[in-house]
Amino acid sequence: MNINMTLIGQSITFAIFVWFCMKFVWPPIVSALEARKKQIADGLAAADRGKHELELAAKRASETLHEAKLKASDIIAQAEKRAMQIVEEAKDVAKAEGDRLIVSAKAEIEQESHRAREALRGDVAALVVAGASKVLRREVNAQAHADLLEAIKNEL
Amino acid sequence: MSAEAHTSTEYIKHHLQNLTYGQHADGTWGLAHSAQEAREMGFMAINLDTMGFSILLGVLFLFFFRKVAQSAATGVPTGLQNFVEWIVEFVDSSVKGSFTARNPMVAPLALTIFIWIFLMNLMDLLPIDWLPGVAGMLGLPYMKVVASTDPNATFGMSLTVFALVIYYSIKMKGLGGFIGELTLQPFGKWGMPANLLLEGVNLIAKPVSLALRLFGNMYAGEMIFILIAIMFSGGAVLAVTGGVLQWAWAVFHILIITLQAFIFMTLTIVYLDMAHQEHH
Repeated sequence: MNINMTLIGQSITFAIFVWFCMKFVWPPIVSALEARKKQIADGLAAADRGKHELELAAKRASETLHEAKLKASDIIAQAEKRAMQIVEEAKDVAKAEGDRLIVSAKAEIEQESHRAREALRGDVAALVVAGASKVLRREVNAQAHADLLEAIKNEL
Repeated sequence: MSAEAHTSTEYIKHHLQNLTYGQHADGTWGLAHSAQEAREMGFMAINLDTMGFSILLGVLFLFFFRKVAQSAATGVPTGLQNFVEWIVEFVDSSVKGSFTARNPMVAPLALTIFIWIFLMNLMDLLPIDWLPGVAGMLGLPYMKVVASTDPNATFGMSLTVFALVIYYSIKMKGLGGFIGELTLQPFGKWGMPANLLLEGVNLIAKPVSLALRLFGNMYAGEMIFILIAIMFSGGAVLAVTGGVLQWAWAVFHILIITLQAFIFMTLTIVYLDMAHQEHH
């Protein structure tokens, strides 16, 4: 209970402890705490940013999807239209070809019948001449009466 | 009965005497073997137990905190680091709450005061005869385990704080400002003697109240432990009662030792804050 040198010893001890604490203990711990605080704040900010970016990306993705759908349906519509067109064209071509065939067939038929008629006419003329010569009993000069015969042939 | 009372008195006195080393009346140096001898040694003596335990605890505190400070990482703190950071943040928020100026010394000072006083007080929870018993076996006549029951320790701290208060008062306000603060208020310059008396008492009361509050609380707590310990020699019923009482008082004392450490720290911060502030 006596006040003695211990008083001074304790003061010195205390001062040394405070000095040591101030020099070697307090600053590293506090700076670590500050650094961690900053790290956490940064992390939270980054998380927020990430969330925001995710939202943006989702929005962009749905927009892209929507566009793609529109484009796809456009393409389909175009293709359908084109197919219809092709069918129509094919129909037209076929019809034209058919018409052409009919026309040429008709012409051929015409030609054929014309030829047959010519042949028939020749035959008939010869027959007539033969008949007439038989009737006349006279030799009809074919060369001399060729004009006549030709006229008859044309009348037939 | 009188013999028993005598031993009880001796027991109490024995527990309240520091292990003092100094110069005997006959000129030789050595340990004091009675309170009378210790008193006669005067100022040129040293309480080995107070110094020893306080330095041991202070070194322990700084060792652990230094270890954490060296390995302090910004990642997830574990174990000891967590605990140390919790205390550091507690002290830091206390300092930020009451100290408005900027001084990098105040927070470490507060931390040292808080932990050191707490550890010294914590020794009070050890059963009071353990370490003195061991010391007795080693041939040491006295052993006071709780350094903060020695007024030398509490005044040593409070006077250091007082020196800091005066140093920063003069540094912040100038010598004239500090003297003006002591003499020119609260009654203006015509009431100078009264001002000096009032402010002087106010100033001196700071270290005295700091030291005596801690000393008084710890001394009284120690005394109650000693009185309870006397019951152990008074038969089975008293011994059991004493055991229960000791446990109850120890639990209550946990509050006191923490509170006293906290009060010493907070008042130190407040006094230093006042030293940094200009009064107009």
